[in-house]
Amino acid sequence: MTDTPSHLSTPAPKPSGNPLARLLKATEIDTRLLGMLGALLLIWVGFHVYGAIFNNGGAFLTPRNLWNLSVQTASIGIMATGMVLVIVTRNIDLSVGSVVGVTGMAMGILQVEVLPDIVGIGHWSIWIVTTLFGIALGGLIGAFHGWLIAYRKIPSFIVTLGGLMVWRGMAFLANNGKTISPVDSTFALLGGGPYGAIGATGSWIVGLLACAGIIFLLVNGRAQRRKHDFPLRPLWAEVFLGAIGCGAVIGAVLLVNAYPWPIGIVKAYVKDQGLTVDPETLFISHGFAIPVLILIGVGIVMTVLMTRTRFGRYVFAIGGNPEAASLAGINTKAMTTKIFALMGALTGLAAVIASARLNSATNALGTLDELYVIAAAVIGGTSLAGGLGTIYGAILGALVMQSLQSGMVLIGFDASIQRIVVGLVLVFAVYLDNVYNSRRK
Amino acid sequence: MTGNPNKGTPLVEMRDISIAFGGIKAVDHVTVDLYPGEVVGLLGHNGAGKSTLIKCLSGAYHKDAGEILINGEKVEIDSPRDARKYNIETIYQTLALADNLDAASNLFLGRELVSSSGFLDDTRMEAETRKIMGRLNPNFRKFNVPVSALSGGQRQSVAIARAVYFNAKILIMDEPTAALGPHETQMVAELIQELKAQGLGIFLIEHDIHAVMDLCDRAVVMKNGQRVGCVNVNEVTDDDILGMIIAGKKPPQAY
Repeated sequence: MTDTPSHLSTPAPKPSGNPLARLLKATEIDTRLLGMLGALLLIWVGFHVYGAIFNNGGAFLTPRNLWNLSVQTASIGIMATGMVLVIVTRNIDLSVGSVVGVTGMAMGILQVEVLPDIVGIGHWSIWIVTTLFGIALGGLIGAFHGWLIAYRKIPSFIVTLGGLMVWRGMAFLANNGKTISPVDSTFALLGGGPYGAIGATGSWIVGLLACAGIIFLLVNGRAQRRKHDFPLRPLWAEVFLGAIGCGAVIGAVLLVNAYPWPIGIVKAYVKDQGLTVDPETLFISHGFAIPVLILIGVGIVMTVLMTRTRFGRYVFAIGGNPEAASLAGINTKAMTTKIFALMGALTGLAAVIASARLNSATNALGTLDELYVIAAAVIGGTSLAGGLGTIYGAILGALVMQSLQSGMVLIGFDASIQRIVVGLVLVFAVYLDNVYNSRRK
Repeated sequence: MTGNPNKGTPLVEMRDISIAFGGIKAVDHVTVDLYPGEVVGLLGHNGAGKSTLIKCLSGAYHKDAGEILINGEKVEIDSPRDARKYNIETIYQTLALADNLDAASNLFLGRELVSSSGFLDDTRMEAETRKIMGRLNPNFRKFNVPVSALSGGQRQSVAIARAVYFNAKILIMDEPTAALGPHETQMVAELIQELKAQGLGIFLIEHDIHAVMDLCDRAVVMKNGQRVGCVNVNEVTDDDILGMIIAGKKPPQAY
């Protein structure tokens, strides 16, 4: 312990060591985040190079594949953000896959068999009512799980293991195992696809707003630190962070705009609109897919919830020391119920995206999702011992899982090998995390 | 001379408190009181019921029978939140810190400062924490690390800061020096004197008989959940107190 007195506003001691260490120290970037991004890059480049060597051309690092990857990540990513809260408070939720199934079926019945009889087929309100209903139903199921765990003191593992079986069974019974298809056409846009994306102009608007947001956060953060005389980051580090952040956003916009609509869709579009141009010459960009924007929105809201609100602070406090949280006047039982309700509501939202993407509701929807969601949260640095976890980590974890999955499909590994690899990666990631944590101490 | 030297309305009066766990009487009709500007030691073997008794006052346990009076008025304390409402602050033996959170988050846990928009005001909480730690433990520097990375004494000072910051009138300290080195123990002793001079009433649960003789004005001894007696510390020897703790033997000065 160093006890040498120093005034608060004195600048940090002269940085030492190699340039990378200095950069990390000045920018206060989480090295864990860097590690995950590095792993992701390795996976992406690895699959691309493998494809280039053995399969006549790499198919991974293409706008088309990366765009699809982003859509495929949305549903698992949304649930993973909720799973962070559950695992941080030393619980687990094994039921999310089955809850996706049962809410998906309930929404399918509602929008195809119930609502059209009331408001008429194709009515504009159908997708809104259906989506709200799905989120509310998921939230109720989650709240019920949470109540059993907190107030009836049944371990979360058991409650949600029961839920895993009960809700899957319910999903089958809901429509006697029959698939419901197609879903409402506006609802289907929530799952992505050429029409379920916001196009080139929309993507630029989103991108510029995101850049403005990044710059605002940096400037505001600096002002807050200055107001309270806390040590500031060097100015060059702030500029560096801003440039990296905005660069990544603009890169993403360029990427999604580089993926054009397939020619068949363009032809149908030209015919629909009565245009006279030659479809072969048209380049219509996909832009960001709607489910991806929903995932980003959920990620931002959940990050604010976890880091800027009392609710989030209490989640971490309960995870760190449940007894201390309770002695500090936190109602831990009500918190547990709320956390599971939130997990359920996010699962309902994920079910919206999953069923919209398939354009149908099936009783098998979401099968095994619980394992991918838990794996995503854990790969993203959420500690099963409780108290540690980040939302961005979980989303990145979901992206890693999905990259492995779709990468192996692209290079032609069959399902059994995919499972072996995903399982090994999960165990290895947690091992790496242990090594990282023990070195940091 | 024997008897309680204090006159007037006590700050806290716990009357006839009983609490049982599964048929075992952890606290059995115990009465204690505490006056402003005084330190009352609670003594006894492990399992004598001291911590349990005090947890009825801090809101962690629910008493089965008896009543609690604050400034002469009967109050109901059903949760830690209720206790805080009456300016009762507790420093638990376990410190009750969330190890994964930093000092400021622990200090304000359950009573976070929020900005006008309703979000946590972390910078202001850190600034306030720096202020109070500057007073209690000027060498404290580790504001941005989880408290799991702090030494025993540093953790203790976070727990103490939490009690002091919110203007406690009644302070409960459950073996505050158990995990501390001699230097830090001395710091806590000085702090107790300072708080006492400010007019706080302090319940001190303590095993070290010398600390009791040094710090306490009165000492209440418990054995097997029952009250053995209360003595004015300056009227007895440490052997008298040890006799009360070990044998339950009441010296003539006790009341």
